[in-house]
Amino acid sequence: MNKVVKNVEEALFGIQDGMTLMLGGFGLCGIPENSIGQLVKLGTKNLTCISNNAGVDDFGIGLMLQAKQVKKMISSYVGENDEFERQMLSGELEVDLIPQGSLAERCRAGGAGIPAFFTPAGYGTEVAEGKEVRVFNGKPHILESALTADFAIVKAWKGDTEGNLIFKAAARNFNPMMAMAGKITVAEVEELVPAGTLDPNHIHTPGIFVQRIFQGEKFEKRIEQRTVRKND
Amino acid sequence: MALDKNGIAQRIAQELKNGWYVNLGIGIPTLVANYIPKGIEVEFQSENGILGMGPFPFDGEEDADLINAGKQTITTVPGASFFDSATSFAMIRGQHVQLTVLGAMEVSQNGDIANWKIPGKMVKGMGGAMDLVASAENIIVAMMHSNKAGESKILKACTLPLTGVGCVKKVVTELAVLEIKDGKFHLIERAPGVSVEEIISKTEGELVVPDVVPEMHFD
Repeated sequence: MNKVVKNVEEALFGIQDGMTLMLGGFGLCGIPENSIGQLVKLGTKNLTCISNNAGVDDFGIGLMLQAKQVKKMISSYVGENDEFERQMLSGELEVDLIPQGSLAERCRAGGAGIPAFFTPAGYGTEVAEGKEVRVFNGKPHILESALTADFAIVKAWKGDTEGNLIFKAAARNFNPMMAMAGKITVAEVEELVPAGTLDPNHIHTPGIFVQRIFQGEKFEKRIEQRTVRKND
Repeated sequence: MALDKNGIAQRIAQELKNGWYVNLGIGIPTLVANYIPKGIEVEFQSENGILGMGPFPFDGEEDADLINAGKQTITTVPGASFFDSATSFAMIRGQHVQLTVLGAMEVSQNGDIANWKIPGKMVKGMGGAMDLVASAENIIVAMMHSNKAGESKILKACTLPLTGVGCVKKVVTELAVLEIKDGKFHLIERAPGVSVEEIISKTEGELVVPDVVPEMHFD
């Protein structure tokens, strides 16, 4: 089934104020930067964004925060962002912080038809407040619920016209689980190829999870912490 | 003399066992990778989806798609693999990672750890710390004995919001190696030239001190 859309405009058609979006990436690595640019252009408001991080002030989801498009962030780590801090402290922005492994598993569960699961992460901390606790094998666990989204927007290295995706290195991170958990999943890829080009043995995300795919116009792929060692 | 950060890392590296998969947190724990003892082979896991993490790249060889959990550019070693975040935390929760080393703001004598939030200050989030401490069989905390105000971080009970309960087994500071057992800290080793009295005076939690406390040994 052909999943190709012409461009980012067509890919994000139907996104409305108040929707819940999942956005793939870890830090600035593997984020759907073309789609984020388009979201800023659209000016969609009151969004709930599920993403491990919230970008930096002038890149990634940080751009949507600057434009005051986000009502609520669901993340595991949100440092490195002054505008985020300002909006959070002033109460403009709602923030739900979730342990990183629970966030990943909640997205996976959402896409896998599992409504909730027990995890030891967060037991005895404020994350556990209001959550059911049950003991398995002598150890307490808390009940965490699945997450889904109106749109999941992911970024892959290569994709084909069927929506099959291959990610590169650590840019995979949250993208495969979020792809599973979107009512509509949009994949922006660095390279879009005809069906049959990618080896089926190497597919990370099967096309069934992807409704729309397009090749991004340009990728800046900004590095957040450039660290190098000296040449000997 | 009290150890510096590299000394703490070097002492923790002595705990590594051949064949272990190890997750190192940000800060002092990252330095442990520089002191792997001879004859010991370990592999580093980064929770953003890498097993077999190598050193920083040479200038000009950075890859935006290859970063560690601290968002720093890194490299991989031969035999490395990449995976998604759910698989990464399956390794962690499923206890396939043998050792977690992380920093802390406070540790209590029953093994509680606080390292993610100071109320009233900017909250950055727990990242993967809660998953790591809730599941790891073996957690070593690398930190300074006291905070910047000179107050002990080795406490009867944590005052800051917790990251995990009853999970820390060992703490290595610039002054001492402490084990947590039966709701008490046990003094195992002291840094070269550091007196037992100094360690006692800087430890708020209950501390069991044996008759003889050996000095840490470095090759």
